[in-house]
Amino acid sequence: MRRSYIHILLYLALIVGVDLLTHALGKSYYLTQLTMSFYYSMVVLGLVLLMGYAGQISLGHAGFFAIGGYSTAVLSTINLMPYKEKPIIRLLESMGFLLMREDLYGARILSFNPWIGVITAVVLAGVVAYLIGIPVLKLKGHYLAMATLGFGIIVYRVVLGTPVFGEADGISDVPGFQIFPGLSINGEMDTKRMNYYIASAIVLVLLYLLMNLINSRVGRALRAIHGSEDAAEAVGIDTAGYKLRVFVLSAVIAAFAGALLTHFNGGIGPGESSVMKSVRYVAIVAAGGMASLWGGLATSMVLNFLSLRGYFGSYDDAVFGAVLILIMLFAPEGIIKIGRRQ
Amino acid sequence: MNLDLLFQYIAAGLTYGFIYAIVAIGFNIIYNTTGIINFAQGEFVMLGSMIAISLHPFMPLFPAIVLAVVITMLIGAIMEIAFFRWIESPTILRMIIITIGLSILIREAALAIWGENVRALPYFTGNEVTSVSILGARVSPQVLWVVGVCSVTVLALQAFFKFTRYGWQMRACAVNRDAARLCGIKAKNMVTLSFMLSAGIGALAGCVVSPITYSQYNMGVPLAIKGFTVAILGGLGNYLAAVAGGIVLGIIESFSVWVLPSAYKDSIAIGILLIILFFRPGGLFGSKEELALKEF
Amino acid sequence: MAAILKVEGLSKSFGGVEAVKGVSFDVHEGSIKALIGPNGAGKTTLFNLLSGQIRPDSGSILFKGIPVQGLSPHRIASLGMARTFQQINLFHGMTVLENVMVGLHLHTKTGFFSGMLNLPVSRRDDRFAKEEAMRILEDLGISELAYREATSLAYGQQRTVELARALAQKPGLLLLDEPAAGLNIKETAELGSVIKRIRDSGITVFIVEHDMSLVMKISDEIMVLSYGQKIAEGTPLEIQKNEEVVKVYLGE
Repeated sequence: MRRSYIHILLYLALIVGVDLLTHALGKSYYLTQLTMSFYYSMVVLGLVLLMGYAGQISLGHAGFFAIGGYSTAVLSTINLMPYKEKPIIRLLESMGFLLMREDLYGARILSFNPWIGVITAVVLAGVVAYLIGIPVLKLKGHYLAMATLGFGIIVYRVVLGTPVFGEADGISDVPGFQIFPGLSINGEMDTKRMNYYIASAIVLVLLYLLMNLINSRVGRALRAIHGSEDAAEAVGIDTAGYKLRVFVLSAVIAAFAGALLTHFNGGIGPGESSVMKSVRYVAIVAAGGMASLWGGLATSMVLNFLSLRGYFGSYDDAVFGAVLILIMLFAPEGIIKIGRRQ
Repeated sequence: MNLDLLFQYIAAGLTYGFIYAIVAIGFNIIYNTTGIINFAQGEFVMLGSMIAISLHPFMPLFPAIVLAVVITMLIGAIMEIAFFRWIESPTILRMIIITIGLSILIREAALAIWGENVRALPYFTGNEVTSVSILGARVSPQVLWVVGVCSVTVLALQAFFKFTRYGWQMRACAVNRDAARLCGIKAKNMVTLSFMLSAGIGALAGCVVSPITYSQYNMGVPLAIKGFTVAILGGLGNYLAAVAGGIVLGIIESFSVWVLPSAYKDSIAIGILLIILFFRPGGLFGSKEELALKEF
Repeated sequence: MAAILKVEGLSKSFGGVEAVKGVSFDVHEGSIKALIGPNGAGKTTLFNLLSGQIRPDSGSILFKGIPVQGLSPHRIASLGMARTFQQINLFHGMTVLENVMVGLHLHTKTGFFSGMLNLPVSRRDDRFAKEEAMRILEDLGISELAYREATSLAYGQQRTVELARALAQKPGLLLLDEPAAGLNIKETAELGSVIKRIRDSGITVFIVEHDMSLVMKISDEIMVLSYGQKIAEGTPLEIQKNEEVVKVYLGE
């Protein structure tokens, strides 16, 4: 367990090192894609817990990411100006739930404070995950994969077919998320560096929490479920309850990431909820070694960064497909573990 | 609503229903011999029709279809030999992920070869406006082709499994692979054969349906999901039930446009899938006891 | 002696085949009771019914006076019933120590929240589970295997780990499903004395076993099952003399 803290120091050094390096090379625009990669990596970390530790596959996590992103996007762009005089709106405003801003054309827009958006995103995803988790997690293997895939496609179809969610265009002009004065998540040029550090710090905190979790009684119980469900039940582990809680936790993490990335990007599109995105997350978790938070994070940062920089060109999806197959064929325990063994 | 329109909806429902049934049977064939759900099943349908469309300029329609089916079968065989045959410890998670990866690669390859264009084979007899009259309703002859070819395929498969040596051997493998091996059946070859069969019927279905539904590189995934829904609806491993399930789904989808915006049409199958998975994972015709004996 | 387990008219059939037919019996607190019978007699099914792995069609199971038929296995475990499996069922990918620590699940209480924040309760639980698991491993003489991966061990050692995990639950009733299967004569003899020691520490033992010499040596009471029905019950001496039992074992 000591080793984890050394890892954390290395992580910090690497974060600062990359920042200084990109700065020195005059390529600080890399920080934008790195920041995005951090947010995508959060989804991966949640999935590592679900797939690697609890042994449950999900082909629908892009759905939760999208639920998070779209919730906050809708709430923080909805214009309540026409209803300004309604008592309920006044009440919300006086409680600080609403925020007035000006759009590109100088028109005044009254919408929800991003804080409300992000909190709603997380709560909504948690509730949805809980409700679908109860029946879905009774399933195993192919059925679980298909059911979660089905959930993901439904989210995608709903987003694509509903005007509130902007249909194929998605939602744009999402304002930044001011965490507190002087610290906000947005895509403006002058806060690029700050955003890079915010994102890396959030990932670090998440890593720390999840690492604690897997080394605790709960982590042992999850690995036990993965190892043998019958035996786990026999020693008194409420396997259904644990699976459900991990599912909800990983969904909440995905939604949180989706909400933050939406504020960073200033918008979200239906592509974020596509099946291919879900498959990507699974590919990264598999390549990272399934049950390895650090492996998942490292793989995620590298693959997402390369993909976002467009290194894979039009073969983007094919690269992830190939990664999936190669890993499963030759290194089902992940690249990192194979490397360690030699 | 008039009777004619009603028949149109039923005809459309039947057309799609039979295709779903064929995909479902494709799932079943591979599932029965290997216990794997091949997520790339829909890609066979896409490949079959796209290859036939590419061959058609160089030869008449029917040779083009036959050749396309043969090529797709070879692709199925190569897939099995290259990716599944030699895996020693096939966990279900691993297999799911590999077939998903294959489906992505096949789709991306198709995109690279054929682009995003929507294509179609010509109508087998007549053209878009030709129609035949059945019970007073006018139906496109291609619908009859779909229903006819798919029915014959299902019956032929049924006969293959009942009356031929290879069919028996494949069924033996489905019941117990180790026991089959002890009886001198080359189980691995049977698995290859099951991939070929499954690819072949998928490709054939893709060809007959292409004039009506058109073909595109990304048609596989929705087909796979609907085919899977149908396979589950009928209970995994049950061919005739798959046909019934396919027709039920096809007709429900066809009539759904009355009550739902068509953008949500694809969600119906998934909704049905989820409901069945949650409440009757053994399928409408399968039993719980039977389910308990199967591995997933 | 009070009955810790009271089974009344328990039945279970699979697709028309009755695996367990109206079986009734008691297991007395502080005793070792053995369940024997030819292959396919329904012994493992009976165990699975008791531990909640499968639900009975009819009948009742009273454990410590509480009806447990139809409860999920983890609920039954939380009432103080532990079991081992005929097919060794260890958590792969975990060390011996971790396997046994999982056995202490019910005696620790860290949840998701306190686990993530590494709150004092989490640290305390870890320390407690580790010490306790180590103590049990030492007790069974396999503490030197603590950091080995459990499923990589020799067969007999894996059986011991499973026993350690069940003991970590500090159960009132311990179900052992063929614990001597695959063990050599020396290991079986050791197992016998371990089981006696377990009983003497206050844990009631209910054991399915094929090794007759072991059963006869350690059991306080024996029950015989044939084709899902109870055909005899009594002391080892009574069972050895029972004609029907002899017929079932020799005369088929």
